[in-house]
Amino acid sequence: MSKSQKTRLGRRALLLGGVQLGLAGVLGWRMHQLGVKQGDQFRLLAEENRINIRLQPPARGLIYDRNGNALALNRQAYTIEMVREQANDPAAVLQRLAQLIPLSPAQIDDVLNEMNRRRAFVPVTVATGLEWEHIAAVSANAPALPGVTPRLGLNRQYPVGADFAHIVGYVGPVSDYDLKKTDDKDPLLLIPRFQIGKNGVEAKIEKPLRGKAGLKRIEVNSVGRVMRELDGQASAPGVNLQLTIGPELQRTAMERMQGESSAAVVMDVNNGDILALASAPTFDPNKFVNGISVADWRALNENEYRPLANKTVQGLYPPGSTFKMVVALAALSLGVANEHEDVYCPGHKDINGRKFHCWRRGGHGNVNLREALRYSCDVYFYEMALRVGIENITKTARALGLGQKPDLPLPAVRTGLMPTKQWKLEKKKEDWFIGDTANAGIGQGFVLASPLQLATMTARLASGNQIEPRLLNMFDNKLSPVKGVGPLEFKKSHLDMVRAGMYDVSNHQRGTAYRSRLRDGAQMAGKTGTSQVRFITKAERERGVTKNEDLPWNRRDHALFVGYAPFDNPRYAISVIVEHGGGGSKAAAPIAKDIMQKALDLGKNEYGPLPSQKRSQVKPIKGTRT
Amino acid sequence: MSMLSNRQSTPTGLRKVLYFHWPLAILLVAVCSAGFLMLFSVAGGKFSTWAEPQVMRFGIGFVAMIIIGFTPINVWRNMSIPAYVIGIGLLVFVEYFGATGKGAQRWIDLGFMKLQPSEMMKIALVMIVAMYYDWLDEDRVSKPLWLLPPIVLTALPVALVLNQPDLGTAILLAGGAGVIMLLAGVSLWYFGAAIGAIGGVVWAVIASKGTEFQILKDYQYRRIETFLDPSSDPLGSGYHITQSKIALGSGGFSGRGYMEGTQSRLNFLPEKHTDFIFTTLAEEFGFMGGITLLILYILIIFCCYVTAMQNRNRFAALLTLGVAATFFFYFSVNMLMVMGLAPVVGVPLPLVSYGGSAMLVLLGAFGLVQSAHIHRPR
Repeated sequence: MSKSQKTRLGRRALLLGGVQLGLAGVLGWRMHQLGVKQGDQFRLLAEENRINIRLQPPARGLIYDRNGNALALNRQAYTIEMVREQANDPAAVLQRLAQLIPLSPAQIDDVLNEMNRRRAFVPVTVATGLEWEHIAAVSANAPALPGVTPRLGLNRQYPVGADFAHIVGYVGPVSDYDLKKTDDKDPLLLIPRFQIGKNGVEAKIEKPLRGKAGLKRIEVNSVGRVMRELDGQASAPGVNLQLTIGPELQRTAMERMQGESSAAVVMDVNNGDILALASAPTFDPNKFVNGISVADWRALNENEYRPLANKTVQGLYPPGSTFKMVVALAALSLGVANEHEDVYCPGHKDINGRKFHCWRRGGHGNVNLREALRYSCDVYFYEMALRVGIENITKTARALGLGQKPDLPLPAVRTGLMPTKQWKLEKKKEDWFIGDTANAGIGQGFVLASPLQLATMTARLASGNQIEPRLLNMFDNKLSPVKGVGPLEFKKSHLDMVRAGMYDVSNHQRGTAYRSRLRDGAQMAGKTGTSQVRFITKAERERGVTKNEDLPWNRRDHALFVGYAPFDNPRYAISVIVEHGGGGSKAAAPIAKDIMQKALDLGKNEYGPLPSQKRSQVKPIKGTRT
Repeated sequence: MSMLSNRQSTPTGLRKVLYFHWPLAILLVAVCSAGFLMLFSVAGGKFSTWAEPQVMRFGIGFVAMIIIGFTPINVWRNMSIPAYVIGIGLLVFVEYFGATGKGAQRWIDLGFMKLQPSEMMKIALVMIVAMYYDWLDEDRVSKPLWLLPPIVLTALPVALVLNQPDLGTAILLAGGAGVIMLLAGVSLWYFGAAIGAIGGVVWAVIASKGTEFQILKDYQYRRIETFLDPSSDPLGSGYHITQSKIALGSGGFSGRGYMEGTQSRLNFLPEKHTDFIFTTLAEEFGFMGGITLLILYILIIFCCYVTAMQNRNRFAALLTLGVAATFFFYFSVNMLMVMGLAPVVGVPLPLVSYGGSAMLVLLGAFGLVQSAHIHRPR
């Protein structure tokens, strides 16, 4: 190498070395920047990478009846899960599995789809709510079922089944539709097939019943496979509830109403405790827990008797003659009626040239207030309604709890309707006619009420107090308060006049419900009602009104009865409606009588022992008899 | 007479051991050991997975280095042309018979190891270009016509490697040859022009995207795009860069501890035993570990510079610096890549990443450096 070559090489080497050293400096600077300057930030990202939080579903709160029997509980149930990567041929394994456990071809397709959507090692739920026998069969055949594992979980169960279905409701697997309509951000809802309340108390008190999810921190690798469990936080079970429903009375009511489309409510007149809230026909809530089959759902949904509806709070009916107490009380309060004045009933009343008929074609002759209630004379109440006016009828009705939304933890509780002139103008775009007032006077026309509201009305009439219906006795082992038992703004003498009329209905030989009087000297005060669901034309009336029995079922009259007993010391108020049952005295009163008789026979009305731990906290409620 | 003077100054036989560049050898052993340590760690504490084969190759490579080092440098000078020809032949061979891995045809399966001709070519190219400038008259170095041979010599393997396609190796090949041309004294104007031309090519590459004249493969475009903005596709191609930066950064100053790196242990790191092994090292030993490795690398380069400057044999000096430059390109491109400063082009971390060809070729190349050192004219 020549001298000049060597010099040039040295210079160039120095240049190159300098550039390389500079680049090495950049590398060192970058290491410092990433590791030291932003180290903490990257450490956090690395932790986020590796740690997954897995939810631990809580145990759902239990629901008890008045006597401390469980109405809704959690039963250990087996779930079968399958891991795709462990089953060589998932379709074949599922076919084999279908011979051991109930699994329809449609379900198999669902499972296969689900498995293909998820990563190969993610367990997919194949079936839930399985019995021990199924698991035993699966375990015995384990070698033929690669990738199939049974897992123990909790499944909701309704031990008493159908009789409480409308009150307790049911849970079901959370659906996409549920997620769409709720703004609940609880991550539990994202667990596939997680059970949430869909109806009844289960739905209405969903969040407290659900409890709080526990968390388990697990370390996962880059594809999400669990490497180990780190730590966690236990789940908090949902709150327990005790309802005011007395199981025997509820069952009696359900049994008595079998075969009818009907509703019955029994209420403690002293504190508003709902002792029975029965809606017939009913359904088996257990069918919904793991998702109801399409056939079952269709059968329930297409049934003319609407078994899914809780008619006690969701059914609205013209109260018919059971509304006459309201009109009577309104007239007495306004001073436009007294107990002595007779009104002559010729069988009809002419109002503005239209004939308003009494149910009794021949008329009742001269009737006073007590007789008008006893015989349920329509003409008397047409007269009183006209004297009082619709606004005052509605005011009195509201004071008795009609047209007000009952505050109950049940879904779709209806307000009913107590019309005013203003209301008709706004909704029907029509003026109020005097005939509308006459119709309202006998609980027809625009007037609508639910069986629960009628029971509340009866309890208020019986007690003279502002009774509010109460369904929840204990919430999370704490007593829920009894609301509004203050006295009503009616004179006791006026209430007594109405009560006397109601007494006659059941106890006077000519009372409309005399045939349904109580045994053993017990006395009930009541009122029958028959509400038309069709309009009877003049032509039809002249031809002779078709008998109820000859009409198709859904055009027959509704039968109603409200009452309370014992008369001299009221304890229970009842309302019964039999949809399209015909006459109130014939269809509704006998049912009411049997249920009331049972209530009186059961006698004691106290709360039974609770199976929960903190029993000592519970004190008897004011107004509960022991 | 010259024979006599040579014999006086140049060691012979086992005496060569005394003239071996021991500091360089020890530095190489240190770097390789760091590699064994990391390969043991990323295998989850298993020696047999990666560390064991790597140790065996190191053993073979180290013996090869000594043998190559003991062989006179002139022998290697004469071997330059055959080595280059064989290298080109093998590159052509893999084009048709090579096994394909990760979309690139790269190796020939010899049974006991997988031979990557492109790795061999890196050294063969440096040798032949060094030989060329050793042979070329001083005043012809910057003559345009005389620039042509090295450019053709470089362009041929670069084209073959790009065709595999292996952008990383192509850059290293061109870089290695370019550095020797620079050291040989080619006018700096040419380098200015070359940089301008590369800029033009980059522009053409980007501009051609999506047209029917598209120069690079789609996946290479994606890599460039994600390099420019890794967050644009955090679960797709940006995943590698993002996860690798997380691993590097989470090591902090002193690291999370040996075998405690969650990023690599839980498989968040891509290619954790090959191209991205540096991230595991930085995760487990932190900034200190990373900078220590960097200093070891720089010391190796420094040793090469010192011996090259003392060497009056032009071929030996150019070869030594060429090997050093190639080695520098290796680790700097790899580190720039895993630290998110360069696109992911697929260059291993020299002597640390798992891989037989690179290990053998690099140790062989340092054998040439040893040979140049031992047989330097005195």
